[in-house]
Amino acid sequence: MTTTVQTKSMTMIQGINDALRIMLEEDENVLVLGQDVGVNGGVFRATEGLYNQFGSERVIDTPLAESGIIGTSIGMAANGFRPIAEMQFLGFIYPAFNQIMTHATRIRQRSMGRYTAPMVIRAPFGAGVRAPEIHSDSVEALFTHMPGLKVVVPANAYDAKGLLIASIEDPDPVLFLEPMRCYRSSRTDVPEEKYTIKLGKAAVRKEGEDISVFTWGAMTIETMKAVEEIEKEENASCEVIDLRTLYPMDKEAIAASVQKTGRALIIHEAPASGGVSSEVMAVINDTSFLYLRSPVERVCGFDTPVPVYSLENEYIPSPEKIKHAIRRCINF
Amino acid sequence: MLDQFPMQQIINEEGNVNPEVQTDLSIEQIKRFYYLMLRARMLDKKSVNLQRQGRIGTYVQYEGQEAAQVGSAAALEEGDWMFPTYRDHAATLTFGHSMRNLLLNWRGRLEGGLPPEGVNIFPPAIPIASQLPHAAGTAWAEKKRGTDRVSLVYFGDGATSEGDFHEGLNFASVFQVPAVFFNQNNGYAISVPMKKQMHAKTIAQKGLGYDMECARVDGNDVAAVYTAVKEAVQRARSGGGPTLLEAVTWRYGAHTTADDPTKYRDQSESDKRRETTDPLLRLERYLKLEEAWTDAWASSLEEEINDEIEKAIEEMENYPEADISQLFDHVYDVPTWTVQEQIEEHLAVKGRKA
Repeated sequence: MTTTVQTKSMTMIQGINDALRIMLEEDENVLVLGQDVGVNGGVFRATEGLYNQFGSERVIDTPLAESGIIGTSIGMAANGFRPIAEMQFLGFIYPAFNQIMTHATRIRQRSMGRYTAPMVIRAPFGAGVRAPEIHSDSVEALFTHMPGLKVVVPANAYDAKGLLIASIEDPDPVLFLEPMRCYRSSRTDVPEEKYTIKLGKAAVRKEGEDISVFTWGAMTIETMKAVEEIEKEENASCEVIDLRTLYPMDKEAIAASVQKTGRALIIHEAPASGGVSSEVMAVINDTSFLYLRSPVERVCGFDTPVPVYSLENEYIPSPEKIKHAIRRCINF
Repeated sequence: MLDQFPMQQIINEEGNVNPEVQTDLSIEQIKRFYYLMLRARMLDKKSVNLQRQGRIGTYVQYEGQEAAQVGSAAALEEGDWMFPTYRDHAATLTFGHSMRNLLLNWRGRLEGGLPPEGVNIFPPAIPIASQLPHAAGTAWAEKKRGTDRVSLVYFGDGATSEGDFHEGLNFASVFQVPAVFFNQNNGYAISVPMKKQMHAKTIAQKGLGYDMECARVDGNDVAAVYTAVKEAVQRARSGGGPTLLEAVTWRYGAHTTADDPTKYRDQSESDKRRETTDPLLRLERYLKLEEAWTDAWASSLEEEINDEIEKAIEEMENYPEADISQLFDHVYDVPTWTVQEQIEEHLAVKGRKA
C-alpha cells in the first residue's frame, strides 16, 4: 500500500508560517511573541494570519525590547510554555545577548535540571536585500560559541518547516536563523502535514567527486551558481553540503564528504576570523587530515562591519570568488 | 517625590506601633518574624566566619537587611515564585530553601541553585536586574494558565539603572501580570551611593512611569514590609497587576567578603545604625514593650538555631565532592557530540571511563 503525501509549493517564508501554524494548533503551550508579529503578521509576514487564527493571547505583540522579549520568554519557558520569540532582525539581538548567554543557555545547568528553557528565537539575518545598516548582520558565530544553545539555519521551505518544528519540540533553546534572501527566492514542494528534520544533520545539495563545498543559508545560492558554472568550465565535479545546523555540526557528513573528495572549501558571508568556517576546518582536521589533497580553503565576508548596501555586493562572497577558490583547490 | 512616597512604618525604632496604622499582626506573628530574622542573621554571621576560616569561598553578606527579606518572603504562599539575587538568602531560607544547599552555594556548588522539590526559587541571578524579566515571564505564564500564583523578585538600588529593570517592569505593566518587584534600597551599589546612581529621590517613583502601584516602606520594619508585600501579593493574585515596592534598608557589612567598605563609606554609620534602626533590636524593643519578651525565650531560640546551623554546616562539609560529571550534566538535555567527546577525552586522560 502506498500513501500519498499531499505537498504544496511554498516559499521559505510560507514554510515557516506553516510550521508555526501547525505547532500552535497542536500544542496549546506554544506561543509566538515579538515586535509586530501579531496584527501586522511580522515585518516579513512570517506570522501572517496567526493572530486572527489563534488570538492575541497566543500570538503576542510585545513592547519593543529585545532583552524583555527573551527574558520573559525564559520565565514562561521555565513555567511550562514553549515560546517562539522573534527578533525582528538578528542585528537587533544584541540587547538580548545577556539573557541568552547568562540565562537561556544556563538555567538547565544552574538549576541542575529543575528549570529549563525550551524556546526558539527566530531571527532574519544576512545581507543582500538592500536593507538599512545593522539589519544585514550575519553573526551566527557569536551563538555557536554559547554552550547550551543550538543554532539552526534553513535555506529553503522544506528545511525551514521541518527544522522549525524540530526546534520547537527540542528541549533546549534554539536560535533559528532565517536568511532573508531565501525567504522568497525559491519554492520547494513541502508536505502539508507535520514532519521534522533532525537537528544536527546536514543535507547534500549536490553530489560530486573532486571537492566538498560546505555552506549554509543564503550562501547556498551563490555556491550552487558557482558550482554549476565551474562544472561546465572545468573538468570538475563538486559536492555541495548545506550544514543546516551550525551547532551541533554534522561531523559525520563533513568527514564522509571530505574523505571522498579529498578537498574542502567553506563559504559563509559572516566575517572570516572566528567564523563558523574555522570550526568546519577543525572538524576536517580532526576527522580527515590524512585524506586531504589540498589545503582547506574558505571564502567569507571581510573582517569589517557588514557594509551599507551600496557596497554589499562587494562584501558577499560572489560566485566568481567561489570559483576562484575551487580552481585553486583542485589545481593545487 | 519624598512627600508622595512617605516611608511607611508600623513599628518605629523605639519599638512603638504607629497609632495611625491599622495592623492585624499578632504578637505570635511578630515573634515568628523575630525567630526567622534571628535565624537569618545567625546564619549570615556564621557564614562570614566560615569564609574567614577558609571553609567557604567569597560570601555575600546581608546583615541589616533581614526585615526586608524575611518580611517579604513571609508574604508568599506555597507555589508562588521567588527570584533572588546573590544577597537574598535570608529570603530564600524563609521561603523554604535548604540551609545546607545555601551553604553549598558558597562552596562553588551547583546544589546552591537547587531548592527542595515543590519550592519555586530560581537560582540566584548574578547579572544585575536580569531576573526581573524572568519574574514577569513566570507571572505571565501563571496568568495565562489562570492560577493565582504570583512572582516575587528581589533587586537592589543599583539594579534600577539597568535596562532589564525597565523592560521587566514594562512587560509586567503592559500585560498586567501578577508580579511583585521588591527593591531593597540599601544605599550602595558596591561603592556607589544612591545619589550617584540616580537623580530620583526615591525608587518607588520609578513605578509611576509604568502606571504601576508603587510604595516606599521602612525596610528595617518587618511589620511594614510584610504588610506592604502582602497587600501587593493579594492585589496580584486577584488580577490587580504588578507592584513596585522600595524597602529602604542598610547593609552593615561589605558588599562581599572580598570588599573593604571603609574605602567608600564611613563605617561608623553602620555602628550607629546597629544601635538605632536595627531590625532585630526593634522587634526586641517592641516585644519588651508588649511584655512578650523573656531572655529565656530569646536564648532558647538562639540555641535551637545554633543547632540547626551547626547541623547544616556539618552536612555541607560532609557533602560528597563535586563529581566531574556535573561539569557536563544539564548543559543540554542530551549531551551533544562535542560535549560527549570532551567528556570521554577528559576522563580518558584521568584513566576513567565515561
